[in-house]
Amino acid sequence: MSPAVALLVRDVKLAWREGGAIGVVLGFYLVVVAIMPFGLGPDLNLLARIAPGMLWVALLLAALLSADRIFHNDYEDGTLDVLATGPLPLPLLAAIKSLAHWLTTGVPLALMAPVLGLLLNLPLDAMPLLVATMFAGTPAVSFIAAIGASLTLGLRRSGLLLALLVLPLYVPVLIFGVSTVSMNIVGPGSPWPPFLMLTAISLASIVLAPLAAAAALRTAMR
Amino acid sequence: MISLANPTRFLNLVGAVVPWLAALIVILLGTGLYLAFFVSPPDYQQGETVRIMYVHVPAAWLAMGCFLVIAIAALGTLIWRHPLADVAAKAAAPIGACFTFVALVTGSLWGKPMWGTYWVWDARLTSMLVLFLLYLGLIALWQAIEEPGRAGRAAAILALVGAINIPIIKFSVNWWNTLHQPASVLRVDGPSIDPALLTPLFVMGAAFAALFVLLHLLAMRTEILRRRVRALQQTQVEHAVLAGA
Repeated sequence: MSPAVALLVRDVKLAWREGGAIGVVLGFYLVVVAIMPFGLGPDLNLLARIAPGMLWVALLLAALLSADRIFHNDYEDGTLDVLATGPLPLPLLAAIKSLAHWLTTGVPLALMAPVLGLLLNLPLDAMPLLVATMFAGTPAVSFIAAIGASLTLGLRRSGLLLALLVLPLYVPVLIFGVSTVSMNIVGPGSPWPPFLMLTAISLASIVLAPLAAAAALRTAMR
Repeated sequence: MISLANPTRFLNLVGAVVPWLAALIVILLGTGLYLAFFVSPPDYQQGETVRIMYVHVPAAWLAMGCFLVIAIAALGTLIWRHPLADVAAKAAAPIGACFTFVALVTGSLWGKPMWGTYWVWDARLTSMLVLFLLYLGLIALWQAIEEPGRAGRAAAILALVGAINIPIIKFSVNWWNTLHQPASVLRVDGPSIDPALLTPLFVMGAAFAALFVLLHLLAMRTEILRRRVRALQQTQVEHAVLAGA
């Protein structure tokens, strides 16, 4: 097994076995979406109209909640220093850790979204597209979150700071993710252009974000 | 640029430039405000409120220009490791945030009589708001990291990430806004604006730019002195510890 695959498998296993790491993220997602109608009122038409936006915003918050996990534990116990001296270049290391974060938060959250969509009266035929946008957009979420996680490594109140740094960068993901679904429900126009732009943002983040994250890791580990 | 790497030489330069710059700002700002308030005619549609533009537009220019300064300084920190680049970026961030805030507040005050509401989710307003949030993130990151070297490099990385993202955010916000409502908002197109309004605007723009340079130099001087005080305090503590032992 190559070092890259071994690291990926290790990170996914750790997230899976670390008592309820994925469960807590999904629980957070559920509670954020469930609490919204109490603030907005039980009008199903209104909820259906704003469901894509609510599901996306709650997903971003849930993914951010777990973002400091990407590097934090390995930084605390010194694993990161060992990994940095190993055969993997630092950007690749950051990319693999972001990928592991995507597999253990982005994918479960995207799969859970249709269930929460039912609570919000999202039309059934919009569900496949919703899941597709989330699969296309969540890689950008994880890879950009890794930049924030590496910048705030070892700082006090790093969770809050991470949110302040990263949430503004999610504006394009949010816009194109939500537009794709609402284009499909209410129109006007084809959902393809925003979907393709969302995919482009994800692909660009996969390439560029690990470089920034690696540079930030270097400043943190010095 | 290399000779400026010596902070003492830089401080001498600042000391020599500041009085002249301050005089220039007094002249420019005085002329600009006089032109804006007394010479320039009220707009045929907007009346007197058009005068808000003379503060609003230069502030918005400077808000964006300041991020450019920070991004260039970030390159200076990461590539050339210029000792002043980090100081320049750190000193520019709060000034940029203030200009952004001024642009947002004056825009909102201008919006009330023009659009009937303090805030619309217009593409320009929204991207300015996101810019303001990016500034806040930069300042917060500087505050959160105690060691100045790491703070400077981390902020430089964040500034470059932000600089790459600003065009994407601006594009996506434009796209989002045109999707929801057609542009019903007044647009100041450069060439279509009357020279009677344009001259005071440019004078005010020059005044604001000079003001930015002055504030930036002063903030950089403060930051350099602050670091010296910190270094002196550290050696003092070390001496005290040595004497105690």
